Amino acid sequence: MLKLRVIPCLDVKNGRVVKGVNFVALRDAGDPVEQAAVYDAAGADELTFLDITASHENRDTILDVVSRTAEKIFLPLTVGGGVRTTDDMRRLLLAGADKCAMNSAAVTRPELINEAARKFGSQCVVVAVDARQTAPGTWEVFTHGGRTPTGMNAIDWCRQAAERGAGEILLTSMDRDGTGSGFDLDLLRAATQAVRLPIVASGGVGTLDHFVEGARAGATGLLAASVFHFGQFTVSQVKQALTQAGLPVRPSPAPFQVSQTS
Amino acid sequence: MAQPLSIAVVDYEGGNLASAARAALRAAELSGLDASVIITNEPGEVRRADRIILPGQGAFADCAQGLEAIAGLKDAILQAVAKGTPFLGICVGMQLMAERGLEHGVTEGFGWIAGEIAPMEAPGLRLPQMGWNELELHQSHPLTQGLGPAPHGYFVHSYALRNTTDDVLLASADYGGSVPAIVCRNNVAGTQFHVEKSQTVGLKILANFLAWQPEATF
Repeated sequence: MLKLRVIPCLDVKNGRVVKGVNFVALRDAGDPVEQAAVYDAAGADELTFLDITASHENRDTILDVVSRTAEKIFLPLTVGGGVRTTDDMRRLLLAGADKCAMNSAAVTRPELINEAARKFGSQCVVVAVDARQTAPGTWEVFTHGGRTPTGMNAIDWCRQAAERGAGEILLTSMDRDGTGSGFDLDLLRAATQAVRLPIVASGGVGTLDHFVEGARAGATGLLAASVFHFGQFTVSQVKQALTQAGLPVRPSPAPFQVSQTS
Repeated sequence: MAQPLSIAVVDYEGGNLASAARAALRAAELSGLDASVIITNEPGEVRRADRIILPGQGAFADCAQGLEAIAGLKDAILQAVAKGTPFLGICVGMQLMAERGLEHGVTEGFGWIAGEIAPMEAPGLRLPQMGWNELELHQSHPLTQGLGPAPHGYFVHSYALRNTTDDVLLASADYGGSVPAIVCRNNVAGTQFHVEKSQTVGLKILANFLAWQPEATF
C-alpha cells in the first residue's frame, strides 16, 4: 500500500534556511544541508527546498545547496522558486533535484509545463499553485510569493496543469500559510476531486490533527515548514498521529546492515 | 590489491544519473567495498565495466530511442550482459528490460524479462503512483537480503510491467493490484522504484547488487 508522504519544506534564501510568516518577517535559522540531514534521519518521506527570493537574486546558491544535500541524502528532493525555463530545471536536476516546482513562470507561459514534461518526464514536473479564496468555493491563483493576483481560477489551473503534463500539484493556501490554523480543506477537496494527480497540501499546519485532516481531504503529500523548523513537532510525531487516525505511513527504515562475507 | 569494482552508470540523457552514481558509491562505501563509478555513454567503457546501471525517467519510447541514438551503446550493453556482467535497471531502465513498451506507440525493449510496459489502471487511486510503497518479497534472493522489516521503496510511475512470469518476480507492491517492483533473470535485475532515492533500503539493494555473483547468465 502506498503511504502518505510527510514532507518538511525548507525555505531557503541566499543558501540559508528561513521561514516566512505570510512571506514576510523572515527569521534566519540555519544551514539547509544540516537541516535536511536531520529530517532525513527523522523519517521524512521527501524534502522540499523553496528558494523564496530566487526571482530577484542569484540562483547559484540554491544549486550549491541542492548539490551538497544530494551528496548526503538519498531521499526525493523537490526544488521550487524561480524555475522559469527548462534550462533552470536542467541545472537543478543535474545538481541533484528529483522534481522541480514551477509557479509564476508556468502561469505566465503554461507551455513551459508541456516542454518540461516532454524534456524531463512528468515525474519531475511539479506545478505549484498558490491559491487565495475570493468567494465561497472559489479560489484565485496568485504568483510572486502571493503578491500578484492572476484572475485565474485555481481549480481550473490545476486541471490545465494536469492536462499539460504535470506529475504533481503542490497546492498552497495563501490564506492559511503561516497562520497555523490548518490546511484549507475545501480547497484541497475541490482540487483532489478535479484532478487525478497526487496533490501535496501546503500552508497552514499548526497542530498534529491538521495533518490528519489534510490526508482525509485527499492530499497524498503533507507539507509543512514552521512546525518542523521551529521544533513544534517532529516528523515521527506526525507519523504517529496519522497512524493513530488509521492512515498509512512509512515506518522509519532499518539501519543499513553490512552483510557477513563468507 | 585488486582493482576497484568498476561501475558504469549509462548516460543516454535518460534520467537522474548523478543520483544513481552517488548512491552506488555510497552503497559501496557502507559495505566496505572498493568501487569506482563512471557516468558514460562510451560503448567501450560499458563493455569493460564490472557492473552496469541503467537509470531511466520519462517515457519508454523516448528512453529506448535515446539509447539507440548513441552508436554502439545498446550493443555494448547486450554484449556485456551476454558475457555475464551484472546489470541493474532503475525505473524506466527496468522497464526497458521487458519485451516491449506501449507508451507513445509500441517500442521494443531488451526482451530479457517477459511482458510489456502498459498504463496502470489503479482504480480509485492517484496517478502517477508517487511515494513510498511496501515491497512484498516473493523469493529469497541475494539482491533482497538484509532489507529489514517492512521495506519500502520510492515509486514514481504511471506505467508498469504486466504479463510477466512469476520466476522473475522478486518483489511487488500493491497499488490497486500487484505491481512488479523488483525483477531478476540470470545476471540482469531491475527495480521499478528508485533505489537511489529509497534511503537505506535502496542503498542495501545497491550494495547487494555490487556484491552479487549471479549463478546463471544468458
